[in-house]
Amino acid sequence: MGESVSTSEKRKILSRQTKRNLVAYSFIAPNFIGFCVFTLIPMAFAFALGFMKWDGSNPVQFEGLGNFTRIFQDTFFKAALRNTIIYCLGTVPLTMIASLALAILLNQKIIGRGIFRTLAFFPYIASLVAITSVWKMLFHPTKGPINNILFNVFGVEQKNLPQWFSGGLVLLSMILFSVWKYMGYYMVIYLAGLQGISAELYEAAALDGADAWGKFRYVTWPQLRATTFFVVVMLTINCFKIYDVAVMLAGGGSGELTPSSTVLVYYIYQKAFVDWDLGYSSAVSMVLFVLVLIVTVVQFTIEAKQDR
Amino acid sequence: MKSKRNKEIATKIIVYLILIIMAVLMIIPFLWMISASIKSDREVFKMNPFVFIPEKPKWTNYRDIWTKIPLAVFVRNTVVLTIVVTFLQLLTSSFAAYSFAKLKFKYKKTLFMAYIATIAMPWQVYMVPQFIMLRKMGLNDKLMAMVCLQAFSAFGVFMMKQFYEGIPDELCEAARIDGMSEYGIYFKIMLPLSKPALSTLTIFTFVNTWNDYLGPLIYLRSESKKTIQLGLKMFISQYSSDYGLIMAGSVLSLIPLMVVFLIFQKYFVEGVAATGIKG
Repeated sequence: MGESVSTSEKRKILSRQTKRNLVAYSFIAPNFIGFCVFTLIPMAFAFALGFMKWDGSNPVQFEGLGNFTRIFQDTFFKAALRNTIIYCLGTVPLTMIASLALAILLNQKIIGRGIFRTLAFFPYIASLVAITSVWKMLFHPTKGPINNILFNVFGVEQKNLPQWFSGGLVLLSMILFSVWKYMGYYMVIYLAGLQGISAELYEAAALDGADAWGKFRYVTWPQLRATTFFVVVMLTINCFKIYDVAVMLAGGGSGELTPSSTVLVYYIYQKAFVDWDLGYSSAVSMVLFVLVLIVTVVQFTIEAKQDR
Repeated sequence: MKSKRNKEIATKIIVYLILIIMAVLMIIPFLWMISASIKSDREVFKMNPFVFIPEKPKWTNYRDIWTKIPLAVFVRNTVVLTIVVTFLQLLTSSFAAYSFAKLKFKYKKTLFMAYIATIAMPWQVYMVPQFIMLRKMGLNDKLMAMVCLQAFSAFGVFMMKQFYEGIPDELCEAARIDGMSEYGIYFKIMLPLSKPALSTLTIFTFVNTWNDYLGPLIYLRSESKKTIQLGLKMFISQYSSDYGLIMAGSVLSLIPLMVVFLIFQKYFVEGVAATGIKG
């Protein structure tokens, strides 16, 4: 008797749990189905394609590691890899420092704070096509106001005026542009982090006689560690996938890049959608993936060590 | 005491000085854009003296750009695409996030891990197989392809989940005891509370979709399907020295972004703080 009651009760609980599962899945399903079909499946496919040879219409051939041995003899690839890494090394620290400094300034009680914050965020929302064409005008080698000032005010000779978007300076221009465009975004993230620091910590530091630098060194910086970690990871990932900044600042009429300005994603695009060498292109994207993975793992390890 | 006060004033002045320089650097390209958009090609680069508004402003730039390229078509495509993507993104990701944050169910951890793992994966890594797949599905050169691509991001789910976790569970429990269904709790309690998070996600999604270049470049080949970004780029490569017209088109392409940003910015910093995007 007692036993049968407990089984029926069990069944009831079980079905209630099933019902709860179903409700939960019904919430997730609309997003998850889309996410699964359009993100997870292509992702898995990308790994496989790196070991294949395929032009998109003829049958797929197994290539093994062939694509990867080809990659490391490819000078254009090496240029793209080198430029992408240099771009990251320049952009990540500069953007981080600029956005942190700006956030600290704009977290104080200041007249016109809202306006300053909005202005700092403006470049982030501006579309690249529009704003890069302004930059190309401002930094135009012969007619632009920047070189005009260098010529008229600083007396730089005509033949020495910098060519901002070709040759050796192009990476620098890309870095400066990116810092300008994206610092507002990371500033907002830092602002959110700063607002989470309790005022008591600053009061305690003031009682201990800390000056502005001391407060930053012993309160702000350690308290912002999680934020900084997030900012650096996001910045690095975003820097590795640079494409449109390069094409729009340094690309010629139809957007083609030279070895001095090429980046990894540009090469992936060219190999896939211009040359239809899909396997090779996927092999290049695997390199991009591994780079991002290494950086993320390294940063996670550092973060975990500091936590202890 | 006096010297301390002087020092404070000096710091204040330096702070304002830095901020003003920053503001000027941020705003100059925009002012240049507006100024150049009403100039003739001969006036754009005239430096001595530089005039912000020329004597005879060339307002015709704003009229001519609509006929030089099919701008109206580009605008319509971009508006439709951005609105559909933003709407789907907000709805599906807040829906899924509610489940991850407030419900207990089987495989919850595994499913959420699938989302987290892809956040760090740049889209560029799998854009090629994704294209092949969507082409197989007959979506090449269709706006629908862009919707599929952008409407279901892991980022949105992650962000909304972080926000919902900040809302006390007791609120949901109380409603459940009152006999409200989970759908009721989501629509009547959670959604009204998520204004800051939804505003933040709206800004991000709207800006990203409106400004996306590489996605449309891969998928949208025919002119009647192109977005503003592609159209502007096309115009620039054809008429690279028609600066006035290029700038007029650029100004027009920025207006909707500015409007959306100014509407939702009220909740913006609060939203970023509450959603814990900060990590």
